[in-house]
Amino acid sequence: MQNKPSRSLLTYAIVYLIFLYAPVMLLPLFAFNNSAIIALPLSGFTFHWFGLLWQTKALHEALYNSLMIALITSIGSTTLGIFAARAAARYEFPGKRGIMGFIMVPLVLPEIIVGVALLVVLIQLGMSLSAWTVIIGHVLICTPFSIAILQSAFNNMDRSLEEASMDLGENRIGTFFRVILPLVTPGIISSLLISFTISLDEFIIAFFLTGTDATLPVYIWSQLRFPARLPAIMALGFLMVVLSFILLLTAEYFRRRANRITGNSTSSEESIF
Amino acid sequence: MSDSKSSSFKRIFPTMTPDGWSGLKLVSPPFVYSLLMLAAPLVLVFLLSLWTQNYLELDRTFTTANYKEALSEKLYQTLMIRSLTISGIVTAVTVLLAYPIAYYVAFFGGKRKSLWLLLITIPFWTSYLIRVFLWKVILGYNGVVNGSLMGLGFIEEPLSFILYNANAVVITLAHAWAPFAILPIFVSLSRIDHSLLEAARDLGDGPIRRFFRVTLPLSMPGVVAASLIVFIPTVGDYVTPKLLGGTDGLMIANMIQIQLGKANNAPLGSALAVSAMIIVASISIAFVLINRKFLKTKT
Amino acid sequence: MAKSKEDENSIIVVDNVEKHFGTVTALDGVSLEIKAGEFFSLLGPSGCGKTTLLRMISGFDTPSVGNIYIGGTDMTDVPPNERPTNMVFQSYAIFPHLNVAENVGYGLKKQKLPKDELDRRVNEALALVDLDGYGPRESHALSGGQRQRVALARALIMKPKVLLLDEPLSALDKKLREAMQGELRRLQRNVGITFVLVTHDQEEALTMSDRIAVMFNGKIAQLDTPEGLYKRPATRRVASFIGVMNFIPATVRKSTDSTLSIDIQSLGKLDLATHSRHQVGDKITIGIRPEMLTILYRKEESAEYEFEAIIEGAAYYGDMTYYEIRIIDTDITATVSMRNTAGRPILEIGKKTRVGWGIESITIIADD
Repeated sequence: MQNKPSRSLLTYAIVYLIFLYAPVMLLPLFAFNNSAIIALPLSGFTFHWFGLLWQTKALHEALYNSLMIALITSIGSTTLGIFAARAAARYEFPGKRGIMGFIMVPLVLPEIIVGVALLVVLIQLGMSLSAWTVIIGHVLICTPFSIAILQSAFNNMDRSLEEASMDLGENRIGTFFRVILPLVTPGIISSLLISFTISLDEFIIAFFLTGTDATLPVYIWSQLRFPARLPAIMALGFLMVVLSFILLLTAEYFRRRANRITGNSTSSEESIF
Repeated sequence: MSDSKSSSFKRIFPTMTPDGWSGLKLVSPPFVYSLLMLAAPLVLVFLLSLWTQNYLELDRTFTTANYKEALSEKLYQTLMIRSLTISGIVTAVTVLLAYPIAYYVAFFGGKRKSLWLLLITIPFWTSYLIRVFLWKVILGYNGVVNGSLMGLGFIEEPLSFILYNANAVVITLAHAWAPFAILPIFVSLSRIDHSLLEAARDLGDGPIRRFFRVTLPLSMPGVVAASLIVFIPTVGDYVTPKLLGGTDGLMIANMIQIQLGKANNAPLGSALAVSAMIIVASISIAFVLINRKFLKTKT
Repeated sequence: MAKSKEDENSIIVVDNVEKHFGTVTALDGVSLEIKAGEFFSLLGPSGCGKTTLLRMISGFDTPSVGNIYIGGTDMTDVPPNERPTNMVFQSYAIFPHLNVAENVGYGLKKQKLPKDELDRRVNEALALVDLDGYGPRESHALSGGQRQRVALARALIMKPKVLLLDEPLSALDKKLREAMQGELRRLQRNVGITFVLVTHDQEEALTMSDRIAVMFNGKIAQLDTPEGLYKRPATRRVASFIGVMNFIPATVRKSTDSTLSIDIQSLGKLDLATHSRHQVGDKITIGIRPEMLTILYRKEESAEYEFEAIIEGAAYYGDMTYYEIRIIDTDITATVSMRNTAGRPILEIGKKTRVGWGIESITIIADD
């Protein structure tokens, strides 16, 4: 078994990484750049664009909408995720594979199909589009992620722990609160954070299903045609990247903590990025 | 449960246990939600594709006119074929570029495997929209590539073939899907039993033969998975073609959105969507079947 | 059966219990009584139903047919949290998010004891299993043996009438397992409550138990003391499952009320003081344990009965040597175990030797 990679493979790996990071590197570069044009060479450091963001009312509204929608979505999809993950981990029931497969389908459907389908239904029902219609769509695509995270948490929990609790005198409800919930909580937190992040960043479904209340990505979309706004968008993008980064790191921390508590080894192959 | 109730129940569901019943009750909220919000709308889309729309009126007589239009009109055919071609190219490029790095991390990552994987996924913890926009900045007329090349004196006029056409779409999507392709291939490669490679070496194969005769076939499940993960959503991508595609790079999703919006022809849009889904599903199934001899072995 | 339920000595009565999972029968009519204060084992190969039976006693499964009485009361349908039993699980089931003291005190929470009382009882339980001072330890920092003791302490603190143990030693390595066998036995004597142990390891069952129920295919094959099982196995299967048994064919020569005369192939004719239902000419099987056969090394040594054999194999275990012998002029093989005491050579393969045995060494094996 070779222990040393060939030079060319290592070089390839590094060049590839540069390729991966190229776009994102631009954000900090131009977010602080003192120029109205996004081009090299750089012209000095400034916080001006961030200040501009601070003053834009439409942005604040979009941010508020996005946060609200993300919050409700994360709660909704995590709740549904708990039901499905617990059912899949603990019980065998007829049609299990089909049912679970169907619930997970949004993972492989192009988002536009989901958006179109919901849009069509809402129009036919004569319902108006609003933040709630976006939430419906977001919960649909976030639930499979919640299930994946929570299923791992529930599966890692030794079933005899529940039996031990009952053997020692606890009833089902007591067992749920004293044993199951504490062991699954890190998974729940992880699921909340990831759904929140997905909803915050999601564009297509929000674009199709939002009424007058834009979400943050939809707002950004509307600004892209104005070159003058671009540096501010860079600043906004930078902030969003930092926020997503923090949220996902926190989620990963809780996921690892969950695995540590239940005594399982952490495997980054299973992490949801 | 009284006896008569449970026995008639057992006739319909002979394998049902009280445990199974609890399981079904528990899974019903998410399942019903999916039925209502996904299955029912998809059915409606299908029905809609069989109706016609006259301005704001919906004519509910069944007709296949929409499908005829979707499949035979030159414009839609072009879009469909272009979408499939672009997705195919993106898939091939992404998977081919992803394989070496997956190989590197799987075989040479050593103790730092998780670090490598973390490094690979970090750039994608950002909004897809923003990333597409950033590629526009990179590839644009006044963008980073042109600005730098001109500034360094390599070219005098900005390159125009890298933006507002299919090339830009391919580059951007190959970047966007990179980690989704790397991970399944990585997982597949890391599952390969090293003693198989040692046996091949022991039997006389050099490194290149070992790769093609042992490593590559055993990693095919990962390659197939990566291909599907990239291909299927890419066909339906909206944002990248719209921002970077110009007129030559528009894809089927953009047309679907137009039909549902400005053109006020939801039935046609639905027919386009359904046709696209069926074509993509068929290609995917065919792809899996072609490769099934590689997928038979389970590690 | 009704009388036994009120028998003061029987803490557990299993009354004709059956368990069916769809078309699979896990328990096929099992009845037994376990006496208060005894160390009782359910022994058998995997799939024999012993764990299923234990789960019925603990309440995690209910019988399809039959009843379970604990302490004289019918508890067949009583949920596990209301039974006076406690279980040590095969995986120990230590709560990973609680430390040792919280684990041990888990079942006492409901009693809402004042803090010092709770602490006192937890420490008492930990001392009982030789884990003094382990209270503040985190669960993931425990070794396999320590986890098992925490599981024991956690169960015993509840002062159950019966302690159920599901293969508690199978996860431990050999030396630790042997040490724990002795400790469990001492613990049981110390605490004085009934222990019911499930195991597939017959050595374990023999060393620890007062009585053992050997199970095959969902039925009890024999319920007896360790000595009874070893010396007088009821069936061929029980005989081979417990230790090693040599089986030699024999024919009945004469049968009266008080004696049975048999002709053991190549080993000789003898009369046994027993009465049996066998007829003249019946073919029966004789069982004789390896340690009941003796190799007569020197000419001076002799035994009640002797025969000649050839050494066909020898396995050296340090303190013992197990010889595979073939009785001369036959194709009957047997295992002989000899302690490697001073002056005893290890015999080579092919050597002819004399083997001795006594009339008390043999037992008649019933057909399964």
